[in-house]
Amino acid sequence: MADYKDIINQYKDLPGGIIEAYHAVQREYSYIPEEAVEAAAAAFKRSKAEAYGVATFYSYLKVGKRGKNVIRICESAPCHVAGADAVIAALEKELGMKMGESTADGKFALELTECVGQCQATPVITINSKPYENVTADKVAAILTEYK
Amino acid sequence: MLIIELIKLTINGKEVGAPTGSTVLQAAELAGIEIPRLCYDKDLSPLGACRLCVVEVKGNRLLPASCVTPIFAGMEVQTESEAVVEARQTILELLVANHPLDCMTCDKMGDCKLADYAYKYGVKDSSFAGATHQYAIDDSNPFIIRNLNKCILCGACVRACEELIGKDNLSYLNRGFHRKATTAGDVDYIESDCVFCGQCVAVCPTGALTEKTMAGQARRWDIKRVQTTCPFCGTGCNFDLAVKDGKVIGSLSNPNSPVNGRNLCVKGRFGWDFMYSDKRLTSPLIKKDGKFVEAGWDEAYDLIAKRFNEIKAKYGPDSFASLSSARCTNEESFLTQKFTRAHMGTNNCDHCAGACHAPSVAGLTNSFGSGAMTNVISEISSEAELLFLIGINPTESYPVVGYKMRQAHRNGCNLVVCDPRRTELAAEADIWLQQKHGTDIPLLNGLMHIIIKEGLEDKEFIATRTENYEAMKALAAEYTPGRVSEITGVAVEDLYKVARLYATTYKAMAFYSLGITEHICGTRNVMSVANLAMLTGHLGRPGVGVCPIRGQNNVQGACDMGALPNVYSGYQSVTDKAAKEKHEKAWGAPMPDKVGLKIPEMFEAAYEGTVKSMYILGENPVLTNPNANHIKEALEKLEFLVVQELFLTETAQYADVVLPGASFAEKDGTFTNTERRPQRVRKAVEPLPGKADWEVIGEMVTRMGYPMSYNHPGEIWAEMASLSPSMAGISYERMEKESVHWPCTSADHPGTPILHIGKFTRGLGGFQPNEHIPPGELPDKDYPILLCTGRVMQHYNVTTQYSAGIAEVWPREMTEVHPQEAAKLGLVTGSKMRVTSRRGSVVTTAWVTDKVQPGVIWMSHHHSETPTNELTSPFVCDIAGTGEYKVCAVKIESA
Repeated sequence: MADYKDIINQYKDLPGGIIEAYHAVQREYSYIPEEAVEAAAAAFKRSKAEAYGVATFYSYLKVGKRGKNVIRICESAPCHVAGADAVIAALEKELGMKMGESTADGKFALELTECVGQCQATPVITINSKPYENVTADKVAAILTEYK
Repeated sequence: MLIIELIKLTINGKEVGAPTGSTVLQAAELAGIEIPRLCYDKDLSPLGACRLCVVEVKGNRLLPASCVTPIFAGMEVQTESEAVVEARQTILELLVANHPLDCMTCDKMGDCKLADYAYKYGVKDSSFAGATHQYAIDDSNPFIIRNLNKCILCGACVRACEELIGKDNLSYLNRGFHRKATTAGDVDYIESDCVFCGQCVAVCPTGALTEKTMAGQARRWDIKRVQTTCPFCGTGCNFDLAVKDGKVIGSLSNPNSPVNGRNLCVKGRFGWDFMYSDKRLTSPLIKKDGKFVEAGWDEAYDLIAKRFNEIKAKYGPDSFASLSSARCTNEESFLTQKFTRAHMGTNNCDHCAGACHAPSVAGLTNSFGSGAMTNVISEISSEAELLFLIGINPTESYPVVGYKMRQAHRNGCNLVVCDPRRTELAAEADIWLQQKHGTDIPLLNGLMHIIIKEGLEDKEFIATRTENYEAMKALAAEYTPGRVSEITGVAVEDLYKVARLYATTYKAMAFYSLGITEHICGTRNVMSVANLAMLTGHLGRPGVGVCPIRGQNNVQGACDMGALPNVYSGYQSVTDKAAKEKHEKAWGAPMPDKVGLKIPEMFEAAYEGTVKSMYILGENPVLTNPNANHIKEALEKLEFLVVQELFLTETAQYADVVLPGASFAEKDGTFTNTERRPQRVRKAVEPLPGKADWEVIGEMVTRMGYPMSYNHPGEIWAEMASLSPSMAGISYERMEKESVHWPCTSADHPGTPILHIGKFTRGLGGFQPNEHIPPGELPDKDYPILLCTGRVMQHYNVTTQYSAGIAEVWPREMTEVHPQEAAKLGLVTGSKMRVTSRRGSVVTTAWVTDKVQPGVIWMSHHHSETPTNELTSPFVCDIAGTGEYKVCAVKIESA
C-alpha cells in the first residue's frame, strides 16, 4: 500500500488540494488514517483542527479505520419506498454485522448514504462507488461474492 | 484630519448616522439600540450563523442578519418588529430543543446570553422534539469544563482560538446534527494542543465552556469584580478578580483592559490560585537555634530594628544591602530604596532587573539616553509592517504580546525571527535566522554591513540624529557576509534577505528580550540592536523602535522607582548634586552619593564579608541567580538576613527573620508594564498575614527609628511623583480615568507613548560599535553540550509552582534534548537524566524534540526540584553585571 505521505504530497501545490488528497488516500486505504489528517495539515499548512474539520465535513470521507470494500445504501425516499429496509436487513445478515460497522476480517464496511442519483432503478447500493441497481434481498449474496 | 462620512438611516423610526461600511448591528449600537446576538462578538470576525440578530429592512423580503448586513443611505430598519420577534422566538426554540434546561444549576446563569434572550422573548420550552446530544463532559483538565451539550455552535470559541490567539486548536468537526466545535480528532482539551488561555471561555455565550475554579462557587450576580493588573509577566494585562465572600474564586476578562482587551494567558486567567497555596506564610518567623518559630509582628520588628541598627553602627552603612522586587508594587519598591538610602545610608539597593534587563537599561541609555522600550505594544497590530525579533520568545514568555504579533503576521505584517531555538514564532516566521548561540553581535553587524554596502541606510537620519557613525561604518565593514555566515551559521542569502527587508520597510519594529541581554556581551548586544535601528532611521515614529519586552510584572516599575544602586526614582542619578539635595530635603536625612552595589556585587561582597546584613523583598536569588551555589555560600556568611516573602523560598531558608508577604490581590498599588504604563493594582481581599507589604515596610522602618507612615499607597505614589519629574503628571486619580505612558511631566501632559521623537533623550543617538565576544564558556571535551535556559509558557519565574492548576499541567522541569543526543544516551521523552556543569549537577526529565539544535539542551528555571541555576555560567555582562544564563557547557547522562 502506498504511503499516505507520498499520496498527500502529490497534491501539495494544488489550490484546495487537501480534498483531492483525502480522496486519493481514501482510494488507497478505503478510509483516511488519523495520522494522514495530521500529515495533510502539515502539507497544506492548515491547523490540525481545520484538517479534521475538512475531513469530517464530507460524509463520503471517513476518518479512522473501516472495512476495505465500502457498501453504501441509499436512505433517501425513492429507495426507501422501493424497499431499502429489506436490502439492509439482508446485507446485515449476510455480513454478520450492523449498519455503520465493519466486518471483523476488515473486508466490508456498511454505511447509509443520501441519494446517489440512480432513482430510475431503486433500491440502489454502491460498493466502492460502483452502483448496483434494482437490488433485492435475494440478490445480495451474489453481489457480495464479487468482493470476497 | 481623517473625515469619516456618516451614512444616514432610520432604525426603529429614529434617524441615526453611522460610518460607511458599518453593519446594521453596529449602526444600531452607535444609536444605543442593542440587537440580540449570539454568534456576533465585536472582537471576532462576523459569522452570521446564529440568525438571532435578524432585523426587518423595508423593501427586503427576507429578514437579514444585522451583523453581516451593511447599511445604506435611507435604509429603514426595524429591530423588534412582529416578524423579527417571531423569527427570534423560533430560533430560540430550535436552540433550546437541543440544550439542557438545567439553568438552575448552571454556572453560567447570569452571564448566559441564551438564557437572557429566552427570558426576553418568553421561550420556556421548545415545540420541536427530536434527538438531543449526549456528549460526555470534558473536565479532565484543571481549568476549563467543556459541556458541548450546551454548545449552540456559534463558533465564538473557534474564532477566538484562531483570531485572538492564533493557536488554531479548535474547528468544526462533522456536519449537520453531528457538527461539533472541538479539537483535532475530538480529543479532550488536555490531550490537545490547548494552551489554556481560556479565551474560548471568555467568549462563550452559554454554559458550554466555564471556569472550573468557579464551578459551584457563585453565580455572576453574587460576584464582586475588582479590576486589577496581572502579577505575572511585564505585558501589563488587566482582568477582573471575581470575589465571593472575601475570597478570590476566578479571574475574568475585562474588555476595558488597555493593553490586552479580553485576552489573557494561562497564568493570568488560571494561575492566581497560588495565593491560596497552603504553603503561604501567614505570620512572621524568627530563626531560633536553626529552626523557624512563629513570632508576633512586634517581636519581629524589634529584632530587625536592633540587628540592622547595630550592624550598621558596627560596620558602617555600606555593610547593608537591600533587594527590592520586580514582583511587588511600585510603592513597595519606592519604600525599599527610600529606607535603604534615608535610614541605612547606602545606595546598595537593587532588584532582579540586574538578572535580566540591566543590559537594556545600560545599553539603551548609552545609545539613546533612556533605557526603556521606545514604542508601545498596540503598534504591533496597528502600525508595524515588519516585526524583527531577536532573542525573544513572545508566545511563551509574554503570551499576550505573542498573540498580537501572530495576529499582525496573519494580517500581512512581515515577521523575521532570529533565534537559535525553533520557537513557535520562529516556525511561523517569513524568515527564520537560526544563529548559533551567542553570535548576535556578528549577526547584527553583518546585517548592517549589507545595508551600508547596498546604500540602504537612512542617510538623513544618520546625519541629523546620530553621532559616531564613521566608527560604526568602519567596524561593520569588517563583518562581511561570508565571515558572518561562518560565525553565526546563517546562510549568506538569508542575511541579504533580512538586511534588505528591514532596511526598506518603513515601519519596522525590533523586539528583543533575554536572548539578547543574558550574555557576557548583553549590553553590547542591546547596543547593536540600537545601532541597526539608528542606521535605518527606525526610531521616533509609530511602528518602529527598539522594544525590549520586560519579563516581570513590575521590573520596569522597580527600576523606575529607583530600586537600583545608581539612581533615585525617575532615573535621577545619585551622583547628581541637585537630585541629592532634593531628596535630602524631602526625606530629612543625608543621602549617600557613592553608587551602590549591583546584585552580583552584593553577593560577592557578602561572600567576602564586607556586606553583613541584607533585606530581601520578594526575590529568590538562590533559585533565579546564576551560579546558585555561590549565592548560598554568600547568604550563609551574612550576620543578619530579613526576607519578606509569600512562601518559605530557597532564599528565605537562609533568613534570620521572615516577614510574610501579601499577594497582588491583597493590596493596593501600581505595576508599570514594559511600555512604561503604570496601572492600578487593587485590593480584592484582605491580606492573609493581616498586613500588606507597604504597611509592613513602613512599620518595620518606623521601628528602626525612621518614621515612615502612610495611610494608603496613593500617598506613596504622590510622594514619588513629587520627586520624579518624568512621572509628575501621573496620579492615582488620573489612573482611574486614563492609562498613560511616562514621561508625563504634568497633570495636563498627555503622556509619551513614543520616545525620541525629533530628538533622542541624550541629544544625538550614539552608535556604539561592538566586536564579537564569544560566550564565556563553550562546550569542550569534558562538557560537550551547550545549555541554554529560559521560561516556559505555563510558568512565571517563581510563583506559578504554587498554583495547583498550573502545577498539574506542567509539574516538572522538562529539558529539551535533540533526538541525536537522546539516541546516543537512549533517552526518550519522560526519561530521567542528569545534567552536570563545572558548578553543579541536577536531575531532570528529558523532552526529546528538534526545537533545539543538535549538541544543545534547553532548560527552564522554574522548579526547585531541578535548580537549573546551579548549572549556569559564572560569567557576567562586563557592563551591566547580568549573568550569562543563555550559554554554558554541560554534560548529560541518563539517570
